[in-house]
Amino acid sequence: MKTYKEVFCETDKATLIPFFVIGDPDMETSFEIVKTAIDAGADILELGIPFSDPIADGPTIQKADIRSLRNGMSMAKAIEFIKRVKEYKDIPIGLLMYYNLMYQYGIEKFCKDFHQAGVNSVLVADLNVDDAEEIQGPAKAAGLDTVFMVTPNCSDERIAKITEKISGFVYTVSLLGVTGGREKLSDKVRPLVAKLKTMTDVPICVGFGISKGQHAADVVKAGADGVIVGSALIKLIEANLENKEKMLSEISEFITEMKEAIAGV
Amino acid sequence: MKYKGRYGQFGGFYVPEVLNGVLEELEEGFYRYYKDEGFVAELESLYKDYAGRETPLYFAKRFSEYVGFKVYLKREDLLHGGAHKVNNALGQGLLAKYMGKTKIIAETGAGQHGLATAMIGALFGMETKIFMGVIDIERQNVNVHKMRLCGAQVIGVQGGTGTLKDAINDAMRYWTSHAEDTFYLFGTAAGPHPYPTIVRHFQTCIGTEARKQCLDKLGKLPDMVVACVGGGSNAIGIFSGFIDDKDVKLVGVEAGGKSVASGKHAATLVAGKVGILHGSKAYLLQDEDGQVYDTESISAGLDYPSVGPEHCLLKDLKRAEYVAAEDEEVLDAFEILIQKEGIIPALESSHALAYLISLKDKLTPETIVVMNLSGRGDKDVSIVEKYRPVK
Repeated sequence: MKTYKEVFCETDKATLIPFFVIGDPDMETSFEIVKTAIDAGADILELGIPFSDPIADGPTIQKADIRSLRNGMSMAKAIEFIKRVKEYKDIPIGLLMYYNLMYQYGIEKFCKDFHQAGVNSVLVADLNVDDAEEIQGPAKAAGLDTVFMVTPNCSDERIAKITEKISGFVYTVSLLGVTGGREKLSDKVRPLVAKLKTMTDVPICVGFGISKGQHAADVVKAGADGVIVGSALIKLIEANLENKEKMLSEISEFITEMKEAIAGV
Repeated sequence: MKYKGRYGQFGGFYVPEVLNGVLEELEEGFYRYYKDEGFVAELESLYKDYAGRETPLYFAKRFSEYVGFKVYLKREDLLHGGAHKVNNALGQGLLAKYMGKTKIIAETGAGQHGLATAMIGALFGMETKIFMGVIDIERQNVNVHKMRLCGAQVIGVQGGTGTLKDAINDAMRYWTSHAEDTFYLFGTAAGPHPYPTIVRHFQTCIGTEARKQCLDKLGKLPDMVVACVGGGSNAIGIFSGFIDDKDVKLVGVEAGGKSVASGKHAATLVAGKVGILHGSKAYLLQDEDGQVYDTESISAGLDYPSVGPEHCLLKDLKRAEYVAAEDEEVLDAFEILIQKEGIIPALESSHALAYLISLKDKLTPETIVVMNLSGRGDKDVSIVEKYRPVK
């Protein structure tokens, strides 16, 4: 199974990490979307398990969660989905999810089953580093990396505490707020990435509010090792629910454009 | 965070990292001021002169004759705004002021907390936004109008079901990007630490008064204390006065909706399973995977799929008992209290009344029950009219 380390070492450019909600808008289309993203050059995949109450997410991802759940997504189907993706290509997969889903599944069993399916890391959006020990033992035992978020309002002390618990990569939140595309890149992200560079050797990936090639280029210039793009892609799904072909071609174009922007740095 | 905010295994602060610093600031502010002499004096004076504390402990004679035991109503319905919610809104509003915040936001279900917050926003001259589910806006439009008259902006929330849980989701999302000048005035003793502790603190006045009133008036403690439970703030408020009195039975009454068996209800402690929602580990109504259920109840104020962590602990310790009352029983109770006492109870509080009626002729006549009449039912008259037209 391909590791983050291999990916980050193989390329001298920053990595592009698209985010999708598993099963959005339905299982079949979702799989084709992910395939399209891989073919267009995604380096790592960030996949979300939909939740009924995603408090860290803005309206775009909330709607994706609802679409997926209404079309019958379940934990069992999420595992099947990941296996299918890994059969298509051995690409590292990070999960992004909410704690209750893991808690109900059983933390140990979750780590085991999802790692076995091909997941490299898990980021629990509503589990912060103070309670990291609730999942870290089982994750480590199963071979799953644990990713946590660093936000612009974290003190240096807090950042040190978080990075100490992180394996895989640092999920750097570019702004104070929820997920969703923004017109301008937050002015908080450059200083935060620069600071993180001095504090940790773990790759630094930046997400939240990155919706344009220029945003991606800017965070890479600031020193980021990876760029996570979610809502901007999911908007393309939302806008083309009636036209699958157009949806896939727009996603492919968008990823190509982002890759080029990163390569141009 | 300085404290863990745990009640046994329950509570905690399961929130995205961006909210951690925000909650830390809140925790720091609360512990700095809650015992501060100036803060306490100002709050006491507002409780008395603005809200109308202390509230009476009223012996409901004709209702007592009807059920066959002695019922004393703690009259939180007489407070300014019409419910116990003002206790917490004043406390947190004052805290916001002391912490130097200039804007407040709140979520609301029935609109009572939204209204209390809008009143306090006007009182302190703070810009106020209230997040409210679109379904709740429709069924509680009188309160919506009152909030707007107070100058608050009422923001309709669609979310999954357009009810209280969705309003909380959106208020939290908004807060993550506006915390610098905005205080989130949380309405119930649930949510992430430090809210369960803060809300409990500002509602303990109910229990402290009720206990003293029992001793002064009756010369003894009651046999039982009963309150309705949604998130659980009025219940924890009155229970707090009696938790250490082991002989006083505590009963919380949840929303049984159509019936617990039908799945159309909001009886979290009766039928839920431990999980994590809105930053807190607590009993939760959810499916096998952990997706949170849509709840259903005639009363918007109890329509919440989780519950405060302290109630979860009281349940596990068997210190309190939690039961459910169904919509039909609640409507009966609403009517009976009006007919016997000329008091219009909130549909939320009518759940507690329904439980008392279910005990009709089952307790000895000397049994003393204190029930928290947490709110008045003016807001509910048109809802009841729909279910039960007056002939």
